[in-house]
Amino acid sequence: MKKEPLKVKELEVQKRITSFEEVVAGYSEQEALQEASRCLQCKNPACISGCPVGIDIKTFIRKIQEKDYTGAYLTIREKNNFPSICGRVCPAEYQCRKACVLTKKGLPFASLDTINIHFLERFVGDYGMKNNLTVPVEKNPALARFKVAVVGSGPAGLACAGELARGGIKVVIFEGLHNCGGVLRYGIPPFRLPRDILDFEIAYLEKLGVEMVTNVIIGKVKSLDELFKEGFAAVFLGLGAGVPSFLGVKGENLCNIYSANEFLTRVNLMSAFRFPEFHTPVNIGKNILVIGGGNTAIDAARAALRLQLIKGLAANTTIIYRRTEVEMPARRLEIEHARQEGVKFNFLVKPEEFIGDENGMVRKMRALRCELGEPDSSGRRSPVPIVGSDFEIPCDLVIVAIGLQANQVLTKVTPELKTDKYNDVIVNPETMETSIRGVFAGGDIVGGEGTVIEAMGMAKKAAAAIIEYLSKQ
Amino acid sequence: MKIVDKNVIAQTPDTRIVQLEISSPDIAQKALPGQFVVLMVSEKGERIPLTVVEKDTLGGTITLIFQEVGFTTRLLAKLNKDEALYALVGPLGNPTEIANYGKVILVGGGVGIAEIYPVAKALKDKGNHINAILGARTKELLILEKKMQEVSDEVCVTTDDGSYGRKGLVTEVLNELLDKQSYNLVYAVGPIPMMKNVSQVATKHKVKVIVSLNALMVDATGMCGCCRVTVGGQTKFSCVDGPEFEGAQVDWDELIKRNRAYLEQERHICKLPLP
Repeated sequence: MKKEPLKVKELEVQKRITSFEEVVAGYSEQEALQEASRCLQCKNPACISGCPVGIDIKTFIRKIQEKDYTGAYLTIREKNNFPSICGRVCPAEYQCRKACVLTKKGLPFASLDTINIHFLERFVGDYGMKNNLTVPVEKNPALARFKVAVVGSGPAGLACAGELARGGIKVVIFEGLHNCGGVLRYGIPPFRLPRDILDFEIAYLEKLGVEMVTNVIIGKVKSLDELFKEGFAAVFLGLGAGVPSFLGVKGENLCNIYSANEFLTRVNLMSAFRFPEFHTPVNIGKNILVIGGGNTAIDAARAALRLQLIKGLAANTTIIYRRTEVEMPARRLEIEHARQEGVKFNFLVKPEEFIGDENGMVRKMRALRCELGEPDSSGRRSPVPIVGSDFEIPCDLVIVAIGLQANQVLTKVTPELKTDKYNDVIVNPETMETSIRGVFAGGDIVGGEGTVIEAMGMAKKAAAAIIEYLSKQ
Repeated sequence: MKIVDKNVIAQTPDTRIVQLEISSPDIAQKALPGQFVVLMVSEKGERIPLTVVEKDTLGGTITLIFQEVGFTTRLLAKLNKDEALYALVGPLGNPTEIANYGKVILVGGGVGIAEIYPVAKALKDKGNHINAILGARTKELLILEKKMQEVSDEVCVTTDDGSYGRKGLVTEVLNELLDKQSYNLVYAVGPIPMMKNVSQVATKHKVKVIVSLNALMVDATGMCGCCRVTVGGQTKFSCVDGPEFEGAQVDWDELIKRNRAYLEQERHICKLPLP
């Protein structure tokens, strides 16, 4: 018997596009039971191998089938600290769902009839949140004398802090911005990750005894050495990949050309969509182009389109991508949502130059058409510009979302901290320890841009190593 | 982040320049001449950068000086002694390279005088001969004249309206000084047109000129690129690559345009009553 996958309920399009309310409503209990019942409970579950942190997916789905939601929650929490967050932002179609036996081999991402593992995870996570479920805290009194500094409060920092605090260690998180959460706060828009979920997870950590210190940039106001001198026994670096890449084409510094980081930071962190009640402005155009094909590009485009409508303009936001839809690294669900909401796509286009007016405002983009060539190092077919195919696209606002690089504020002033050619911190993959004894790292500052779950996985591994490191002292 | 002292140090009927002394022991420990902080007045506020003018390491305070030019600076000026900022982070940006250059001219325009003061002081301590040119719109808006005299060998004041010192522009004085004898460095902070013109005059005389740019910023740690400027044909982030650059290399027209990107919103919000 083959059952159809259960589509998740979503906020209707008309309501979404003039607000920043969450789009995906999530499964009800009945829906979760129905979807969980489709799981084949394979003898050798392939889905688990697709999860970067190895969540026991088979067991947690079985526990849903048995209506043991607490058990399901605890099963996920063995590997994942923030199921409500990951259930919302994990690119499951490239991970567990792609590995699921219901996905045919060789597809670039999961087929639609694969189990909706991420929605089930979210159901369980939200159940845990609503019922204040917590995992047992096993504070080791021998560790109570230690204090560990966590630098950065993004996914890696929060996960590491939680693990250490549960082990009985005093943790202080140092965050450079005025609010915690890192990319979960400034990068991912509330329509994808509502802020109350992030706030809940942060509040839980505070309840565990984690101290959050905002407005402190380690590397500027304090060095790593000084942290040790202040009595921290170890340091975890979750610095993130916060530096935006630009295209490097002519005219890129014209006004109204934003990095996605700037645009999203203004909107998400500074609440520019509520200007002038909030004082940070953001410009909105009548004709917006977003360059890139990843989740950040989609987030920026969906936020931009909402702002157009909120400001009473017509929806006119177009994603410009060098390849085609299949090669887009973005989550399929996000692409679908963007399209439903009215975001347009212009594929096989490579920006060459931006042209402005006398006030320095961008007015058009010159670009080349591309065709798909041989697969590149990413395994995706590469875009090959067609000579002489120059054309122009009118625009009055551009958001460049073509990737991020390592944040170097700390590494630049800490030469003992070894980095690779991408300025990422080099670690021992077994322990996540850096070239400095007692300093560990994880998340995007190790190995470049990854997913939230990968960052959490590294942070958990580092936390275990930190606990072992401290236990020997 | 508590304001321990507040003084209006200059005012005319339409403009005020305010000095705040803010408690921040960590920043006071670390801030060096040329560095800045980013602050938020309230939870709903903007993040704005301001240069650290002075620090009291023992007392754990830093001094900021700003002119009420827009919504956020007016809001900041409304705060009183014993009130606190919502956020304060720093020190940010690269410090000024303090060395013995020989003969240095420092040019400060308007509130920019506050920004050349810590640099003048540090350069003087290094044994440089300091020649300061201070420009103000009118006598009432001239700040820190006495303090600049304490750290300078020579001080020349110009006002736009001739109400004090010499009537005219700082660049005229600069041109004359550079005509008369040779100098090793010019350092300038002030309105962009002033810095642009100072850079042209210094470059004409083949003297290296350093300017501190006041680009718009959001996070100010290199994460957003709002503050990008073209220097020597390359894109730089003022916050992490600057804020100081060689004036001769800066694409001034681009900076002028980029700093006007939110003029419309600024006009709108400035019409609203302050919260």
